[in-house]
Formats: sequence, C-alpha cells, structure tokens
Amino acid sequence: MSHPVESGARRELGSPEAILRHDASVFDLRLRRDAAAGEVPDWEALCDRAAAVKAHGLDHLDRYLEEFERRATEAGAVVHWASDAAAFCATVGDLLEEHAVERVAKSKSMLTEECGLNPHLEERGIVVVDTDLGERIVQLEAEPPSHIIVPAIHRSRQEIGELFHRRMGTPRGETDPERLTRAARRDLRTRFLSAQAGITGVNFAVAETGSLVVVTNEGNADLGMSLPPLHIACLGIEKLIPRLDDLPTFLRLLARSATGQPISAYTSVVTGPRPGGELHIVLVDNGRSALLGDAAHRSALRCIRCGACLNTCPVYRRAGGHAYPGPIPGPIGSVLGPAMHEKGASLPHASTLCGSCTAVCPVRIDLHDQLLAWRREGSPPRGFEALLARLAGFVMARPRLYRMAGALARVVWPALRVRFPGNPAHGWLAARELPRHPGASFSARWARERGAGE
Amino acid sequence: MPEPLDVGLFVPCYVDQLAPEVGLATACVLERAGCRVHYDAGQTCCGQPFLNMGATAAGTRLAQRHLDIFQKYETIVCPSGSCTATVRRRYPEFGVGADEAGHAQRARTFELGEFLVRRLERTGLGARFPHRVAVLSSCHGLRDLGLGSASENLGTRERSPTEVLLGEVEGLSLVPSLRDECCGFGGSFAVRLPEVSARMGRARLREWADAGAEYVTGTDVSCLLHLEGIRQREGSGPEAIHLAEILARTEDR
Ligand code: SF4
Repeated sequence: MSHPVESGARRELGSPEAILRHDASVFDLRLRRDAAAGEVPDWEALCDRAAAVKAHGLDHLDRYLEEFERRATEAGAVVHWASDAAAFCATVGDLLEEHAVERVAKSKSMLTEECGLNPHLEERGIVVVDTDLGERIVQLEAEPPSHIIVPAIHRSRQEIGELFHRRMGTPRGETDPERLTRAARRDLRTRFLSAQAGITGVNFAVAETGSLVVVTNEGNADLGMSLPPLHIACLGIEKLIPRLDDLPTFLRLLARSATGQPISAYTSVVTGPRPGGELHIVLVDNGRSALLGDAAHRSALRCIRCGACLNTCPVYRRAGGHAYPGPIPGPIGSVLGPAMHEKGASLPHASTLCGSCTAVCPVRIDLHDQLLAWRREGSPPRGFEALLARLAGFVMARPRLYRMAGALARVVWPALRVRFPGNPAHGWLAARELPRHPGASFSARWARERGAGE
Repeated sequence: MPEPLDVGLFVPCYVDQLAPEVGLATACVLERAGCRVHYDAGQTCCGQPFLNMGATAAGTRLAQRHLDIFQKYETIVCPSGSCTATVRRRYPEFGVGADEAGHAQRARTFELGEFLVRRLERTGLGARFPHRVAVLSSCHGLRDLGLGSASENLGTRERSPTEVLLGEVEGLSLVPSLRDECCGFGGSFAVRLPEVSARMGRARLREWADAGAEYVTGTDVSCLLHLEGIRQREGSGPEAIHLAEILARTEDR
C-alpha cells in the first residue's frame, strides 16, 4: 500500500507541467520571504523573542485563557468553549439559527477547515460564502484549500479564468489576474451586503485586553466583522498571546514569513462588539490540550500559520497540498497530524528530514526533529516491517552475519535490478534504476590490499 | 615532518557494500593529507536507517556498538555527511553517547571534507579532474553539521568544505546551483514515496544539466546513488561521483 502523500501526489499534481508550475509559485514565496527577512537586521532575535513569548504563553495557557475570557466578556463579547470539532460546529450553527441567519460571510480560517464547519452549516440550510479570494476559488471548485496562506495555489490562471467564466460570467479566456480579481470582488460585495453574519478566523488573541487580532490582505475579514450585525470569531486555544505589546513582534514576522510583505494590508484589533452589534468568540480545543500536555511535542502549538515551512518544503512543493490527508499540509501539518487526526499517523514519514522547515520557522518549532520524534513514538514499523527491522538489526550487529548477508545480496542483486512482480526492491525501482553491484565489498578489498583489519 | 595523525575510518554500511571505491578513495585522500588510516573490520552500520525509520531498539543497539568500536580512535572520519550527523547530532536524542565520553567521541567524528578543511586545514591535495561539476549539498551535512550556509539562512554566506576542496582541484570548474534543496533521497522516504522522491531528484538533475554539468558530486553516497539511479532511468543528466573519488583523481600527473 503506498503512502497517502505518494498516491495523493500522483492524483493531484499529475503532469510534469503542473508540478513545475506549483513548485515555481510556491518557491517564489520562499524567495520573497528570504528577501524580506533579510532586510530585518534583528530577524533571528525577533524569532527568538516570538518563540519565547509563545512558549511562555503555552506554559501558562490556563491562566491566559481565563484572563482572556474575563477581559473579552468585560468588553461585551460572549465567550463560548468547544471541546472538539462537533461541539464547535454545533455552537456556531446554533448561534446562527438563534439569530435566524440564512447567509453568512466567512473569512479565512484554517480552524473552520479543520472542524468541517462549512459542510455542517450547509447541512443546516445556511449559505456560507468564503470571502477570501483564494478560499472563494476553492469553495467554487468544491475542494479544500491546498495551502494555509494561498488556498488556491495549486490552480493555474487558466483554470481560475475558466471557473470565473462559468460561475461569474467573466469573458471566456480571461486570465488577467487583476481583471479576474475585480470580477470576484464585485461578486463578493453583493454577497457581503446580504450576509446577516460574519465568521472570521483569528490570528492572535490578546489575554491582557481580551482583543482579537485579524490579519488579511484583502480586507475581507474587516467587512465580515463590520457589515453584518453578528460577528462570530473562531480560534484555537493556542492563539493566545499574553500582552498587546507582544503583538508587533508577531506581525513583523508573520507577513514577511508568509508572503515577504513587510506587513499585511489589513490588521484589525477588535475588542468587544461594535455598537449595536454582537460579538461571539468560540474557543476551540479539538486535541490541543492533549498536545499541550505532551511536553515533547508542545512546541507545535506555537505555530502562527505563516506557511513558510510549506513554501520551503521540497516534498510539499512537488506533492501539492491536496496530497496530504487532513486540513493542514506540509511540515507543520505532518507534525500536527499524528496528534490531531486519525489519518495523520503516517505523515511524519512524508519527509526526507532535510531540515529546511526548521530553519525558516519564525517561532522556532523544531519541525524536522519533531517528525523524527513522531516516527520514533507514533509510528514505528509494524507487522512484517517490524520483523524485517528486527532481523536486519540482528544481522547488522554481527559482522560475520552482515558479511554473509552482503555476499547473498551480491548473488541476488542482478535479479533485483529487473522489475518483476514481488521484487523487494520495487520501491526503489518505481522511480530509478538499481546500479550495478560493484562486486567485492570495501572490507574485502581492504583486507586484500592492506592485509587483515584490526 | 609532523607526526602523522591516526585516523579511524568509519565506512557506512552502504559504502562498504555498494561503493567500495569511495571507501578506498577516502583512505587514499587521507593518506595523501598525511594521516595514518586504520580500519576496524568489526564495524557494520551506525544505526541511522533504523533510527530514522522509528526502529529504535535495533537502532540504539547499533549506535552503541558503533561508539564502542570507534572509542579507541582519537579522530574518526567518514565519507558521509548523514552518517556523521547521525552520530554527532542524533545519538543523544536516543539516549546514546549522551555522557561526557560519548559527547567527546561524537565531537571527534568528522565528515571527510569537514575534516580536511576545518580540522587539518588542508585544501590543496593535488587532485586533477578536468570537468564541469555541480555540487549536491546533502541536507544533513548542510543543516545538521553546518557544512556551508543553507540558502534559507540569512546573514553571511560560507562556502562548504566540499566547495572549498573542489575549488583547488586542477581543471575542475564548479557549476553553480540555483537551489540547494533536498535531492529527494531521505532513506526510507525514497522507497515509501518513490514518485515524490523522484520528482525531487529529477528537478535537481534537470537544473544541473541545463547549467552544463557533466558530474554531480557530494558527500553522501546514498543521495548520489539515488540521483544516479534516476539518471540511468531517464537517460540523461550529470553522472554522480563522490567527493572522495574526485579528490583521489590525479590522472595526467
Ligand atoms: S510551523 Fe512555523 S513555519 Fe510552519 S506555518 Fe507554523 S509558524 Fe510558519
């Protein structure tokens, strides 16, 4: 059985052209990040500080959550708690029904993807319009986002032009990004105006003030928060930061790491509802407190979802986001996978442990070490594989057996080089030739040329 | 004439079995650099494949065995960045070699190029290789051992020991790489996700071929075997050759 990311990669990025295009657009973000980060003289110190703030916040999360709830309530918001995805969806759905909402404008939120909010609301007869342009594209294509910052990065301009032609009546063959964006904005604006509620994600929540910080490049979240009378903000409990003073550090890192911009176009700090409106904040656990309790893996909760680890990851770039089971692709998705969803157990193996993700992470998550740790704890070899590993370990610990195994390998090697059903080397041969065997081993040649070893 | 330095040769299992000439070339280069090379035939595998697969019991046993065998050497040199990185950086994560003696021994385990350039400060070794050569910066050497600067790291750039050594090889012209990303080998990754692995490898080969490289070299036989396997399947691209083999070449001299 092939690895889900392997079969996903074959399915989702099938042609060499698609792979090239995806790789190029994603790597472009990495290069932008390099340039932008390189212009900040104290970048590394900034990362250290952000990591320390997050680590401290997580160590005392109970305290900060209480403080946040108190402050947000004082400011007039209503705070809800949801232990898992089902509870979250039910809370949001009930709120909307209580307010007789039929149409809701939703800005980007990975949490709602994680919890399957859209399908839940649609089942209850509520129309959800994703207002982030990329989110809107994948919504119209009826597919999940393939990147946590650029949801439709797997789609070519031609495909998007074709989609807009079908769904928004843009001229056939129109691929100019600006004209397409304008068409989408026009279309979305009418939907905004008719929405009776706005749902937004949250980038940071400030314990000290009970504020929510929402960052976008399109201003769509701001419309969602200010046009309709009801605003529901959804966040995982790990989004807490202790103080408002901590915020600038994160804002400086987030936009540069994500897209190479010095700062995102729209940053809104929301404290309490707007006059005459209602603000509901739903804090979601969904596996996070369990991860918090696991000191060896807690660092993954520092993530600010900047996407830098995806952009630098050569596996992600050549597999595509849809290849990954679960809501978040790439290195951070593979680190969170084993803890967060049942299909995630094998994800730590979808990596070469090259370590580039760890190097770019602005909050210093030891991503590739985490992947290795999960392999060790979460998904050690099982069944036949475990047996093979034990056998190989036994042989390798005994030089004479090891040499005999080497001699045997030399004999069967020519057969292994040919593709036939059941060839144990099929994984290797699936993509490459097996080189000719060189004959005598190093140790044999050394003994022959230099006399016996020590 | 200074006393020759005694060096214990750490030959990874796959080099022993599949690339004996790389082991021999390593010994030859070390001797040319003035070292006395010792080889303990009891060595097998440092445990890396087991540790990376999650087969911890077998992996830690082999890791401990490796440390026991090489304990007697003042200096240990290995023609592989990833095996060196396993010993130096990964062992303690698995509770092996975490004590003071273990730490000291891990710190005196070097990758070949690193040893020549940083420890011996020998860069010119009289090699001649009149070809256009691209360099694969294998990830564990690059990021775990700090051999050179990874492109995503900001700040001052440092050439890797491999590049420094190749710069001194007569007739050799270095083909610059646009990227320094992973070739897609990754041990068990290469057989678990062969198509993704090959996409990564093909991209690297294409980049170097477009730049006119005849050869690609590096510090890891494993990555090079993967690239060579893809080259043979695809029928084009630069040929893989280990750093030690280039440094051992003195043809026309
Ligand atoms: S793990 Fe780090 S690099 Fe990856 S998305 Fe999260 S913060 Fe960004």
